[in-house]
Amino acid sequence: MTDSERPPGQRIGVVAEAAPTETRVAATPDAVRKLVGLGYTVVVEPKAGVKAGFDDAAYVDAGAEIANGPVWDSDVVLAINAPEPAALAQLRPGSTLIAMLAPRFEEERVAELARRGVTALSMDAVPRISRAQSLDVLSSMANIAGYRAVIEAAHAFGRFFTGQVTAAGKVPPAKVLVAGAGVAGLAAIAAANSLGAVVRATDPRAEVADQVRSLGGQYLPVEVEQEQSTDGYAKATSEAYDKRAAEIYSEQAADVDIVITTALIPGRPAPKLLTADQVASMKPGSVVVDMAAAQGGNVDGTVAGEIVTTEGGVTLIGYTDLAGRLPAQASQLYGQNVVNLMKLLTPEKDGRVVLDLEDVVQRGMTVAKDGEVLWPPPPVSVSAPVQPTAPAEPAVVEERRPRPGWVRHVVGGAAGLALFLVTAAAPAALAAHLTVFLLAIVIGFYVIGNVHHALHTPLMSVTNAISGIIVVGAVLQIAVPQAVVMALASVAVLLSSINIVGGFAVTRRMLSMFSRSPGKG
Amino acid sequence: MTASSLTLAAYLIAALLFVVSLAGLSRHETARSGVLFGIVGMVIALVTVIITAVAGASVTGIVLLVVAVVIGGAIGLWRARVVEMTGMPELIALMHSFVGLAAVLVGWNGFLEPQDLTGTLEGIHHAEVAIGVFIGAVTFTGSIIANLKLSARIRSAPLQLPGKNVLNLGALIVFVALTVWFVITPLTWILVVLTVLALLLGLHLVASIGGGDMPVVVSMLNSYSGWAAAASGFLLSNDLLIITGALVGSSGAYLSYVMCKAMNRSFISVIAGGFGAPSSSGGAEVTGEHREIDATSVAELLSSASSVVITPGYGMAVAQAQYPVAELTRRLRAQGVTVRFGVHPVAGRLPGHMNVLLAEAQVPYDIVLEMDEINDDLAETDVVLVIGANDTVNPAASEDPSSPIAGMPVLRVWEAGDVIVFKRSMAAGYAGVQNPLFFRDNTQMLFGDAKERVEDINAALKSLQPA
Repeated sequence: MTDSERPPGQRIGVVAEAAPTETRVAATPDAVRKLVGLGYTVVVEPKAGVKAGFDDAAYVDAGAEIANGPVWDSDVVLAINAPEPAALAQLRPGSTLIAMLAPRFEEERVAELARRGVTALSMDAVPRISRAQSLDVLSSMANIAGYRAVIEAAHAFGRFFTGQVTAAGKVPPAKVLVAGAGVAGLAAIAAANSLGAVVRATDPRAEVADQVRSLGGQYLPVEVEQEQSTDGYAKATSEAYDKRAAEIYSEQAADVDIVITTALIPGRPAPKLLTADQVASMKPGSVVVDMAAAQGGNVDGTVAGEIVTTEGGVTLIGYTDLAGRLPAQASQLYGQNVVNLMKLLTPEKDGRVVLDLEDVVQRGMTVAKDGEVLWPPPPVSVSAPVQPTAPAEPAVVEERRPRPGWVRHVVGGAAGLALFLVTAAAPAALAAHLTVFLLAIVIGFYVIGNVHHALHTPLMSVTNAISGIIVVGAVLQIAVPQAVVMALASVAVLLSSINIVGGFAVTRRMLSMFSRSPGKG
Repeated sequence: MTASSLTLAAYLIAALLFVVSLAGLSRHETARSGVLFGIVGMVIALVTVIITAVAGASVTGIVLLVVAVVIGGAIGLWRARVVEMTGMPELIALMHSFVGLAAVLVGWNGFLEPQDLTGTLEGIHHAEVAIGVFIGAVTFTGSIIANLKLSARIRSAPLQLPGKNVLNLGALIVFVALTVWFVITPLTWILVVLTVLALLLGLHLVASIGGGDMPVVVSMLNSYSGWAAAASGFLLSNDLLIITGALVGSSGAYLSYVMCKAMNRSFISVIAGGFGAPSSSGGAEVTGEHREIDATSVAELLSSASSVVITPGYGMAVAQAQYPVAELTRRLRAQGVTVRFGVHPVAGRLPGHMNVLLAEAQVPYDIVLEMDEINDDLAETDVVLVIGANDTVNPAASEDPSSPIAGMPVLRVWEAGDVIVFKRSMAAGYAGVQNPLFFRDNTQMLFGDAKERVEDINAALKSLQPA
């Protein structure tokens, strides 16, 4: 009813990925249902989701039409990978293409898209700000890839990850080194840890140490001055850092069974972390998963997309499609990222894309529009850069500086001298009392020197009872044959009796309450 | 062996027993025997002194003595039996005042009873009277005020007289002058003026200290009461009084010193009184959104947590929430949740106040930890329950140098995964400082009476558990 009143929404085309190795699809039936909910008409290329486990019927159920052929001529085209030249030619001017376009590396393609008047949004160019997290396919794919990297390593490793003591002998746990604690690295740490391995991790950003620990990994710091990251991505590292890091990698390579490298720096070839020598130093049977293989690799000797075994018996895994090896889940997360983007682009929920270039998220992702190349976008700083390590010491402490040593010596000396003079000048009886008095003070100080904090109150009520000893004075005075003195003394006796009896009684009552956990007694 | 040498020997034994008693009270294992030693020492001292006194006293005197001891003892026993553990601070403050008043009376008696002293000895005697009366009187009124503040019968906000430090210092100078004068010409009216002056000073000293700093004040008054007893000992030439008074005085002072360090306050300014810093000025304005949570959600959060820390404060004492809290602890521990307590040294209104309350409710004392013991573990804790504590968990103390409580060590509860704050309203704590903790992202507020809310959580936990 309302559908007929509304103008029909724009047509979204979900393409079948052309690459034979690509298993994912840009929108799952679930995502399609949500897109239809935003007012769009969704057309799916035949067999688009088959490799990810979604057949055409499922799409129809979700409200999509199955097209007769390619859908590149739709108003909005959803894809995983950038179109091949043939597909590119089918894009209509003014249409919107949403895919992973890798604008940093594929400038020529971006230019071509611009020439054709296509509005191109790159899913792998989402600014790293909290608000845009829900659109970030790099994160969602890296999460899956990190997990899969551990599974691939476990598959190639041929041994348990967890240590076991069995009747047939002891099995040591596998040791895993994860280089780079980004999303992929953290996912790998978590997966390896849950399989029971001993996990270590390196990362130039010292602030990730807590994240590593929270997932059960051990952070190996590289103790060198390092610049703070402000855009949320790792930066290239300094020379001193590289030197120290290389030492750590040498040490670790010889020790660990599995290395998973995830180091990527935006817009640059992947940094080399493990040299051929270090790989050679690894034990036979060890496994290296190079998650940066597509960008040149972190490890000497990896081949993108393949498994290589070195002469030393080390397996180097260079798969570039780790996320695609969990196609259903990867498609689901990618599809949800796309849906989140479409929600942002469809403020009226009327099936029409409205691109707002004032919005940093949309601006950041838009690489081409109206014939212009809009890449790279103006820089965005992440909303909450990590605090430059919170001030551990409050600045106020200055207020009460300890006095210089000599002042204390002078004061102490003067006090000692005064005490000496007073005692020397006092009559013998007073001097004796002073002696007793001062020694008692010292004893009182030491006797409770390390009182347990829980006993502060009982201690206080007992000292309170004991200070009722003043009753002694009052009792002696009660013997004085003088009415006033006797009266005052009896009041004093009464008061101090309350203290003595009450103080001891209440202390006993309190102490009887203290109990200890059973079994630790 | 003469009568006097027997007396001296008995006093010595009693004094030693008191030392052993205090030493015993430093540790849980020996605390009970410590009390026993104290009681034995006191019995020895009393029996000895009564025998000595009865020998020279009139029949009236003996009757008065017996009546006073019996009545006093009965009152003491009665109070000790009926006192609520939450009312402990008030009771102890009140008992300090008794010692103070007794010291004043003994001092006056020392002046009134006939002396056969001459020359220097007479001068010393009068000086001792003046000092004893002075310390006793300050202790007396100071403790009364502390008692009234703790029992909330007077406002606990610090009294702010103009030039209060000058007033205190002036009172001390006048006291010295009066003492010198009294030594030279021992007139009754001088002693009266001196007594009144000391009473007023005691009032002012404690009145100008805010309720939040009461734990230190109570422990300081404890120390004063010891000094008062010691002064009486000098007056009566009684070594037992001197030893015991000095013991109590120095141990109380040391305890106060420990607490001052815990609060990052200057010890000197506590003794001088009125260290409750002006609280209205200073401190960054804290505003923001706080989030509320209900008891059922807290229960769910707690049962899915693996470690929980409870930081109690005075609010728990006020609401008498220690029993439901102990119940909650037992429930969670039975479910395998690690539950510990983090007690700030100045939580409550008396040193160790929280420990006593938790012990009353049968919380095992080895899971009740001190701030320093637990602070580093808070970051790995899933849920922190802040029950009636405020200033002791205020992040402003370590993060905002302009805050009045800047530099005071606090429980770093905000490092935990989730923080639940039990509070009656959004009002500021005793130090008058707003608490930015309430506006943190990981903080949720559970408003209402702490006891009722904890009981709600217990009920919710019970229904969550499979029967």
